[in-house]
Formats: sequence, structure tokens, C-alpha cells
Amino acid sequence: MKVLVSVKRAIDYNVRIQIKPDGSGVVENGVKHSMNPFDEIAVEQAMRWKEAGTAEEVVAVTIGPDAAKEQLRSALAFGCDRAIHIKTDEPVQPLTAARVFEAIAQKEEPKVFMMGKQAIDDDSNQTGQMTSALLEWPQATFASEIELSGETAKVTREIDAGLETLEVDLPAVITADLRLNEPRYLKLPDIMKAKKKPIEDMSLDDLGVEAAARLETLKTTPPPTREAGVRVESVDELVAKLKEKGLV
Amino acid sequence: MTEEIERDVMEYDVLIVGAGPAGLSAACRLKQKSPDLEVCIVEKGSEVGAHLLSGAVFEPRALDELFPDWKEKGAPLNVPVTRDEVYFFTGETKSKKMPNAFVPAPMHNDGNYIISLGQLGRWLAEQAEELGVEIYPGFAAQDAIVEDGVVKGIVTGEMGVDKNGEPKDGHVPGMELRAKYTLFGEGCRGHIGKRLIREFGLDADVDPQHYGIGLKEIWEIDPDKHEPGLVIHGAGWPLNTSGSGGSFLYHLEDNMVAVGLIVDLNYENPYLSPFKEFQRFKHHTEIARYLEGGKRVSYGSRAITKGGLNSLPKMTLPGAALIGCDAGTLNFAKIKGNHTAMKSGMLAAEAAAEALAGGGEGGDELTGYTDAFKNSWAYEELYASRNFGASLHKFGTFKGGALNYIEQNWFKGKAPWNMHDTTPDHAATKPAEECEQIDYPRPDGKLSFDILSSVHLSNTGHEEDQPCHLKLTDPSIPIEHNLPKYAEPAQRYCPAGVYEVVEDGDGNPRFQINFANCVHCKTCDIKDPAQNITWVPPEGGGGPKYSAM
Repeated sequence: MKVLVSVKRAIDYNVRIQIKPDGSGVVENGVKHSMNPFDEIAVEQAMRWKEAGTAEEVVAVTIGPDAAKEQLRSALAFGCDRAIHIKTDEPVQPLTAARVFEAIAQKEEPKVFMMGKQAIDDDSNQTGQMTSALLEWPQATFASEIELSGETAKVTREIDAGLETLEVDLPAVITADLRLNEPRYLKLPDIMKAKKKPIEDMSLDDLGVEAAARLETLKTTPPPTREAGVRVESVDELVAKLKEKGLV
Repeated sequence: MTEEIERDVMEYDVLIVGAGPAGLSAACRLKQKSPDLEVCIVEKGSEVGAHLLSGAVFEPRALDELFPDWKEKGAPLNVPVTRDEVYFFTGETKSKKMPNAFVPAPMHNDGNYIISLGQLGRWLAEQAEELGVEIYPGFAAQDAIVEDGVVKGIVTGEMGVDKNGEPKDGHVPGMELRAKYTLFGEGCRGHIGKRLIREFGLDADVDPQHYGIGLKEIWEIDPDKHEPGLVIHGAGWPLNTSGSGGSFLYHLEDNMVAVGLIVDLNYENPYLSPFKEFQRFKHHTEIARYLEGGKRVSYGSRAITKGGLNSLPKMTLPGAALIGCDAGTLNFAKIKGNHTAMKSGMLAAEAAAEALAGGGEGGDELTGYTDAFKNSWAYEELYASRNFGASLHKFGTFKGGALNYIEQNWFKGKAPWNMHDTTPDHAATKPAEECEQIDYPRPDGKLSFDILSSVHLSNTGHEEDQPCHLKLTDPSIPIEHNLPKYAEPAQRYCPAGVYEVVEDGDGNPRFQINFANCVHCKTCDIKDPAQNITWVPPEGGGGPKYSAM
């Protein structure tokens, strides 16, 4: 069985995001980037299948600038066999990503296309769903447990009301939620080996995909700063203050 | 314990610990001299630059030698210094601007650049990788491998150990990286450098090392107030009575300025808080006039090695060498260490390349490095400024400063006297009862801030479930000794709020270490009066994630 897994280069979760002075976006230059954490979980899942003998080959794919190779190298250090880099310096919106992934999936013909449920930069949570729709494959999103058996996958999903279990036919698009697994530590020898694994370069043109932006960002603003609190002496005073502010 | 673990082993010709200016320059030089050498750098930061912090006014002398075509190669030296101002601050609203003629010569910055060391480090790393150097960020060198008195390499830190020291799921043991020569470029107070200096008695013939703590913020200011290339240095307020040090404000590009304060760590009053002094400093009229209406975008802190030539240890030992601030090559008179760190790395590299070129097996002392260093311009600089710090320590900012002017401008650094400061910084701390408590103003949330919101801007993070990396030799000392005698100064000298004295359930004081806040500045390792705190590296990748400090 072949597994395809997508990874995205995103600003590291430790970094405190700064908004550009003109409100056109966030500051990305010189800021630490890492693999989107949900994608790490997706890669880890694919590796576990590979180590269990369920998957024979795992292929990582990313869309992004030259620097995104760093994240592909991480995926290869996890143990992916090879990687595909669709190079573009333009921002990639979900539908563009989905079109690229559709083309790659048609070419690679994986049984499972693993993705993170969303990327922590734009939090769109759309690419998995759109890819499955374009491919006309089943989708199972927010997976917290996956059991593969032959031609189907039993997927436990985290939903508002609790857990839901689905059975989908393969091939399918499955997106990883936080509790699916805990990604491993990368070992130095694996990082060294990853440098020698193949990365195939492609462009959007090669795949016949246009980077047309369908969404327009009007303005990016920081969340409102919290106003300083006041200390109250008694419950009565608290109630009075809350009433004053019209909160009770 | 270490003998029982099966470790993976990798062998290199030269191994470098730390991807800073010294280590990266050494790596590039090695590959320039001998392209076939296998050269590896391990770096504890999550990426190159994540733990680099410097002012920085950069003197390009070493870079000119390393990459004469650095301009074409796109080195991030974008802002030439256009103007120098030096102030003696005598109060929050008072200052004396020094006429240019009275500024000690080494403090002139014609031909220098205002840079971000983090960006320069990233650029150097790109050059090194292009030359074929293997760089592994996110892997800390835990300890040196010393066999029969010879340094054979390092062991990387374990990953996936819980807070009690037990392996977790996915535990990865450390790995041995062995090399013919290992160059230690960990920066100021490197934990392995410290061990090697002690065990090999490298500092036997020199004065104790001296340190400062540097605190720095980047601000985005009103474009109308921004003057790219303007360099402001200051001495005096707020440090007049309680400690000594210096301050800076550098105008970078894109309306950014770097503002910082360096506090000498030989301060006496244990109530002094370098962090709060820094916050207060920004209210000085000469500084506030630039910052007002601006926005703070990052914060960080790092100790600096500033003892200079009088404190410079022997830089070589069998199989290894200390480079940059791990040895202490900073020129305190110029308040610059990046160019001398780079030069020391390059000289160590040349010596190693030469030793290996003839089929050498390594393991010996790179005496060629020491000799070359003694004949270099870097040594000449350090010789000229050897008395600078000691003068300030002995005679204070004003008289010492005047003496430095005379020595630097009249004698060109070749004055016929030597001054020594033989009290280690931690021993300079006076008992709390002999000192006055300092009443710091509350932060106003506009120019000055509290410590936690500051640490937040350093993007610091550590895996929480791991052993504390700040080791107390005797856990009872903070409460039983340091608290009564020195009011436990760790609460104040730490620029990241790591150390707190809190009350336990019974109302008794308890020493709490919030290690996850640690910005890896090493001040605690230096300043603890009992020398009871040892900084060891946490799990690789932890610590600050500076973007352009």
C-alpha cells in the first residue's frame, strides 16, 4: 500500500506572531518556520503504518518556496521514502492546494492520502475536504484513531458531541487531529540519511494548476489587547461592577 | 551510567559545537582550506540564529577576510553606521553628550554596520552548507568525550526523558560524535567550555573571567524619528550607584531600532535587577524620545564574556580548542566580540586544516592556533584594550572612563601599565544587610514592561516534562544560605523570571525554578554567590526562538 502525506511550512507554534505595520499580513521574514504540527501527526501515522508493514511506501508532498524543502527533509527524516516539492513563491490558498494534491494523487495513486486537519497559520481547515471532493474519494476528517483493513479504513473522528466512527472505502483522504498520536523525536542519523533521499521538483505549470487567488485578504489586525483589570474588595462590589458594565 | 548505553557513533574530521559567529566562521574556513574534510556543527537552538543575540554594531574585518565578496553574496550588512553619539547619563532627564574628540578611539564606528547577528548567522550557515558543512540545529552537545586526557568529541543530549529522568515513549538516547579535533564555540559561559577550562586548568595563569548581562529589545518606531545608521552609546544612569555597565540604541532598517543595556555582573547590591534597570533605562529622555509611540517587537538576554586579555584562558587542549566567547575574545573597549570571535574561529580552523593536511590523526594540541592568534590583529586589539574593563571596575564610570580615554587615545592602547581585577563577579556580591533595597518604578506598559510579557516576546519554549536543566549542587542553599544572606538574588538577576521564592503551604519559603522560561543567558551559572547553580542544556530545540536578534 502506498501512502501520500502532505506537509506545510508554517510559522513555528512558539513564535509570537507580529502583524505587518500596513496590515497586509504577518511578519514572516527571519521568523522560525516548522512543519505544521498537524502534518507531523499525519506523517507519524504514515510511519507507524510503514513500520507495521501496512504501508510499503510513504511519499511526502509540499507546496511552497525553496525554503519549504526544510520541511520535506524533516518528513524524510521521519522515514518517508521520497518527497515531491511543488515550488511556488505565491501564497497558496486551499483550493489551489487541493487542485495540486488532486493532480499528485492521480499521478501517485496512493491508497491513503494523509493530511493534517488544518495548518496553524491560516487555520482554513479546507484543503483535505476539497481534495477529497475533487478526487471524488471518501473523506474522514479529524481522525483520532485509524484502523486500516484491506480496502477500507475505520476512522474515529473527534466531533463536538464526542467520538464518531466511520468506515470509508480506500482510496480516501484522512485528516489528522491532535490526539491521533504523538510524533517521535527525530534522530540525528535519520536526519543525516534524509539528506540523501530524493526530492522531485515540480511547478504549478507542470501540473496545469493556476495559482488564482479566490480569497482576498482585506486587512490583518492583532487581537484586541486585554484591558487592565480592577481588584474588588467584596462580592457585593463585584456584582455592582458587573451590573455597571451590563454583564449581569 | 553512560557506559551502559549503546550509542550511535558518527566520526568527523572536525566537530564544532555551536553555530555562532566563531563556529560558523571556523566551519567555512576549514572547507575553504581543505574541501575534503568532514566538518559537522551541532547547535542547541531549534535553528541557526534562534539563540544568537548581539547588539550589534559589526566590524567587518574578519568577514572581509573570510568572504571578500560578501557583498555580492548578499551578506545581511545593510545599514552602515552613519553617526556616533556617546552620552553620560546623569539622571532620568539629564545627560552629557560627549564631544567626539573625547570619545575613546575604539568606540568610533566609521566603516562598521548595524546588523542582526541572528541574520548574519543564518547567512553564514548558508555559506557553510554550500561549502559542504553538515549543520544540525536542535541537537545540544551534552558533554565532551574525554579519554586519557584527550577530547575525542561530544555526546548529544537525550531526547524524551520525563521530569523524573525516566525515558518516555519515543525516548532517543544521545549520540556520540567523534572527531580528530573539536572546536567549542558555545558562546559566553559554555557549559562544556566551563568544564574543560576547570578540568584542564586552562585559566590557571590568568585573572578570573568577568561577565556582563546584556538585555535587548527590538522596537518598531515612528518613521519620522528613525535615522538608519545612527549609533547611540551611553554610560551612567540608571546604573550610577548600584552597578556599572553601558547602554545602546541602534537604528536598523525598516524603522526598527535595537535598544539594550549591559550590566556588569560584578555588581555588589543583591537587590539590583538588571531587567528592571533596563526597563527604567528606556524612560531616559534621550531614549524615550525615539521609542515613544513605537511598538516593542522582541526581547532577549544573553551574558557576555568581557574579561578580555587579562582573563583569556589557554585556548587549546589535547584534541580541542575554545573559540570566540567560549574562550573570551570579546573586545570590551569596542563593546564588540563578533569580529574577534569570527577571527578566532578562522585561526583555529586554519591550524586544524594544516594539522590534518599532512595526514595528522588529531588529538594533539593545536598550538598553531595559539601562535597565530597571538600574531593576529584580534590579539593586538585585545592587548590594546586589556585595561579597559579593569579601569571601569576600579575607578568607576567617570574616572575609569577618563583613564580609558587617555590610554586609548594618547597611548593607542600601549600604556605602560596593566590593571587587574581579581575578584570573580559572583564574589563581588555584598550581603543584603549592607545594601539598600532598590525601589523600581512600576512598568507603564508603554515604554517599560513586566518580565513575563517580555519573555513572551523571546518566543521561548521548552518541553515541560523533562528534567530541570538548572542543577543545584546543594538544593538547600537558595533558602538556607542565599535567602538570609543575599535575599536570594536569583529572583532578580534572572532576566526571564525563572527563579522565584514562593511560600509553601505552611508559609515557609520555597525556591521555585520555572525552567521552561529560561532564555539560555547563563547569568545564574555566573552570578550565584554560592556558585551552586549549574546550567546544563535542556532537550535540543528548547530555549528562545529569536528571529533577528
